[in-house]
Amino acid sequence: MSLLSLKHVSKTFFTSSGNVAAVSDVSLDVKEGECLAIVGESGSGKTTLANMILGILQSSKGHIHFNNQPLSSKRTAEQRRAIQLVQQNPMSALNPKRSVGASVRLGLDTYQIGQKSERWQLVEDALEAVGLDPNLRKRAPAALSGGQRQRVGIARALACTPRLLVLDEPTSALDVLVQARVLRLLNTLREQHNLTYIFITHDLAVVRNVADRVAVFQSGQLLELATTSDIFSKPQSTYTRQLIGAVPVVDAAELALRNKLAKIAS
Amino acid sequence: MIRAMRILASNPLSLVGLLLVLLITFAAIFAPWLAPFPTHNGAVIDFAFANKGPSARNWMGTDLVGRDIFSRILYAYQISLMLGIVVLAIATPVGTAIGLIAGYVGGWTGSILMRIVDVFLSIPPLVLAIAMMGVLEPTLTNAMLAVTVMWWPWYARLVYSIARSEREEGYVLAAEVIGAGTMHIAFREILPNCLPAIITKMTLDMGFVIIIASSLSFLGLGVQPPTADLGSMVAEGARYLPDSWWLTVFPGLAILVAVFGFNLLGDGLRDILGVDE
Repeated sequence: MSLLSLKHVSKTFFTSSGNVAAVSDVSLDVKEGECLAIVGESGSGKTTLANMILGILQSSKGHIHFNNQPLSSKRTAEQRRAIQLVQQNPMSALNPKRSVGASVRLGLDTYQIGQKSERWQLVEDALEAVGLDPNLRKRAPAALSGGQRQRVGIARALACTPRLLVLDEPTSALDVLVQARVLRLLNTLREQHNLTYIFITHDLAVVRNVADRVAVFQSGQLLELATTSDIFSKPQSTYTRQLIGAVPVVDAAELALRNKLAKIAS
Repeated sequence: MIRAMRILASNPLSLVGLLLVLLITFAAIFAPWLAPFPTHNGAVIDFAFANKGPSARNWMGTDLVGRDIFSRILYAYQISLMLGIVVLAIATPVGTAIGLIAGYVGGWTGSILMRIVDVFLSIPPLVLAIAMMGVLEPTLTNAMLAVTVMWWPWYARLVYSIARSEREEGYVLAAEVIGAGTMHIAFREILPNCLPAIITKMTLDMGFVIIIASSLSFLGLGVQPPTADLGSMVAEGARYLPDSWWLTVFPGLAILVAVFGFNLLGDGLRDILGVDE
């Protein structure tokens, strides 16, 4: 069953140097519980599309439906609550002047989730759900590492009990080890909470690990939409082939070394 | 707190500023007990000691009607500090609210609000205050009103520029996506990030407000005699320079010490609160 449906969605920006079509005539469905990766180079319209889904931008043409209801410019509280965001840069995603707990609690207060007296407990539960010490809620974001901050960002989104999470390059600002942990966490949370993900990234290695289907974007247009295995094994467009071709290849010697190191580490 | 003390200690000039501000505040609060002649704040005449230079009895000399200048300076600090606090207590929230809304909401609302601010900023502050005082009766309340009217736009401009840059930050986007209201985002999310700059500006402005208020009094448009006021004391003594120099020099130095103290403290606070210049 389709949770999110985009029909002929376009977005044009009117600038002093002319009109810029950031997204052109995109139609796609996102099924409940799946992880749809949106890939493409910078400026391909990935983030503009995400912003329209999130309600930050309004589409110039076309319709977006969520749970069979149209998403208009004035969304209901229920619709806003159901679609949440995890941002790329964990450093700026948290207010530096508010505690970690206050940031996570924002959604609880906005949607009056739980009794007022039990909301701090809900904040601690959300922090625990993403593998953080609940006592961190009193800390300032500056006292946390990049990975911890990204987990707080995920906890903040989860606290609203969303159905759809838009993950805007959530691991690109993290080092590889932390990246792997965050990806594992996202996979676990998806299973536990039956979440649907729209995973925006330009990292095809990440796509291979997390996505069920992949939508390839170029210059604001949807070039190709297929299952992850099909995209990697039978890419249809030249651009997709180029993207896959640009992924660094691990040769047999390096693979053997990696396995050896992994054994030592474990 | 410990970090703040360390920064203050590493910056001796800021420490001097803090001490001067504390000294002035202490002098103003305890003026009735510290002043050698507490009654000299008002309409007292003692021609036996009129226009005397500094002496053991009157450390800073006496004015034309025999009032002790040191005692009057202590009382004048009460007026100056009260004026500064009242002006900033009104101008800061008004300017901050307008700047926040204009900076965060933007669009037509922001443009209209900031054009109003620009109109106020386009008039030289002292000219605006003089024009207002020309229409209104010259009293302490009206002087505070005139200075407030010319002061709030600076806060609106400062907060507007910070809010414009803060609204591009990820935490504002996060709050918008979560569905927080405009007022929550402006006042609970963005405002705390503007506070260090606002506090620093308030400290620096205390000195400037004292100067502007003194300038109004100097022109006869501010606090009226016999109430002790630094600006009117300087104006009164200026006619008798250089012979009766103490009439002007000591009130002038009192203004200098106050402005200097607040400016140095403001610079120190800027370092402590991490505000970009």
